[in-house]
Amino acid sequence: MRAWLQHHRLSLVQTSARMAGSPFATTLNVLAIGVALALPFGVYCLLANLEALSRKVSVDPQLTVFLARDAAKADVAAVETRLKGARGVRAVRFISRDAALADLGRAGGLEEVIASLPQNPLPDAFVVTLSASDPVLADRLELDFKSLPKVAYVQADSAWVRRMDALLRLGRTGVVLLAGLLGIALVAVTFNTIRLQILTQRDEIELCRLIGATHTYIRRPFFYLGSMLGLLGGIAALGIVVAGLAFLNRDLGALAQLYGADLRLSLPSSREMGAVLGSAAALGWLGAYLSVSRHLLERGRK
Amino acid sequence: MAIISLHQVSKRYPGGFEALKAVSFSVEPGEMLFLTGHSGAGKTTLLKLIAAIERANGGTVLVNGQNVSSMRSAAIPYLRRNLGLVFQGQKLLYDRSVFDNVMLPLIVTGQPYREAARRARAALDKVGLLTREKANPVTLSGGEQQRLCVARAVVNRPAILLADEPTASLDAAYADEIMEMFHAFHQVGVTVLVATHDQQLIGKYRKRVLALDHGRLQ
Repeated sequence: MRAWLQHHRLSLVQTSARMAGSPFATTLNVLAIGVALALPFGVYCLLANLEALSRKVSVDPQLTVFLARDAAKADVAAVETRLKGARGVRAVRFISRDAALADLGRAGGLEEVIASLPQNPLPDAFVVTLSASDPVLADRLELDFKSLPKVAYVQADSAWVRRMDALLRLGRTGVVLLAGLLGIALVAVTFNTIRLQILTQRDEIELCRLIGATHTYIRRPFFYLGSMLGLLGGIAALGIVVAGLAFLNRDLGALAQLYGADLRLSLPSSREMGAVLGSAAALGWLGAYLSVSRHLLERGRK
Repeated sequence: MAIISLHQVSKRYPGGFEALKAVSFSVEPGEMLFLTGHSGAGKTTLLKLIAAIERANGGTVLVNGQNVSSMRSAAIPYLRRNLGLVFQGQKLLYDRSVFDNVMLPLIVTGQPYREAARRARAALDKVGLLTREKANPVTLSGGEQQRLCVARAVVNRPAILLADEPTASLDAAYADEIMEMFHAFHQVGVTVLVATHDQQLIGKYRKRVLALDHGRLQ
């Protein structure tokens, strides 16, 4: 047990010393891994922000129910009762055709045009606010309301939310693919780095095997090297992503001010950062494992 | 019981070269013996079979009662910890000090550092290199480098010492010195098997001699 701990400590010290001994090569390796990881992680962070934004914007999912032009007062009242009685509806606001026309005139500066119309072309309408931002609910209510008597058309404001949702799903799939590919790249980078290190230490490895070193003993320092490369690469990736988000936030802040909105990209959570570091170290370990095992297999019993 | 025992051992290298043909002999614990023969006679191959560096194509190689030729590779390191090997071509590590070279077998087998350091110094003292412990092996003379190899081979207190042409590149005085060391280990109970073609050295010790000729024991 003590010997085991002693060798772990020794491996760690030796590995750190080796990495510090060739700072240029180490930095380049770490950067290569960092950039490879920063790409999917950065896209992931942007998607997460976009998702949060889409949730914020669609807090009040609405349906607009337009009535037929020939709907009488009684029809309007009947529809209103049905709308109010439907499950999943939080509020119903009536906009009469006259109010709508007046609104249009005020907002569009079209008073003259409107005044010249022989009659009001607008229908009566209800704006229905749903209790939850749920595309399924919105779909169901849209169908229900369409079938009500004297309802001409139902416009779902949640359609764009659904489109956004689909887009985000596509984006997430893209991130998974990208992460998979660049994860393989990370394994390849560590594989080759470890291979080079093995070749420079070839004599030492051969000698150690001749004086009774087990495979575990020979592998251990390289596992440390692979994991540390991965971990440092992960830290570099976090640095790149956080710096990138900060940069974007600066420009976004100016943009948001122009629109009078508060838009900020939030940084990844500590759990997400931990996951990135953990998987980077694990992938580095895997690269080292493959590399050392291959070498030991090649050398056979010698 | 014999500590090393070969029975009808043959070794053929890929390409068809037959290095050993039906070799049989056994070595008693604490015995010192020489292995001789022209170069290419199979001396190195024989030592490699005992140390499980090569695998025999036929016959059995028993070391410490274990059958080396059918040993699982995971068990080989533990076999080698009982062997002290002095290789042809030295295999010293030039990126560390004399002391660290001798420490290596102890670290590999997981000895506590303090105890390991004490034993490494004792081994260096035995070969007369204690004052050079901080030097890089490159700065040592040929004879000193060979003595360093001996120190590294015996630091683990192996039961068996195998040496492959340990005096090949040394002048007579140094060669005598090295052989005296092997003899001293033999006197304290270590089994010593030395491969050499130096008949003059062999003549100095009245020990059993195994002569190989084209892979056959004479």
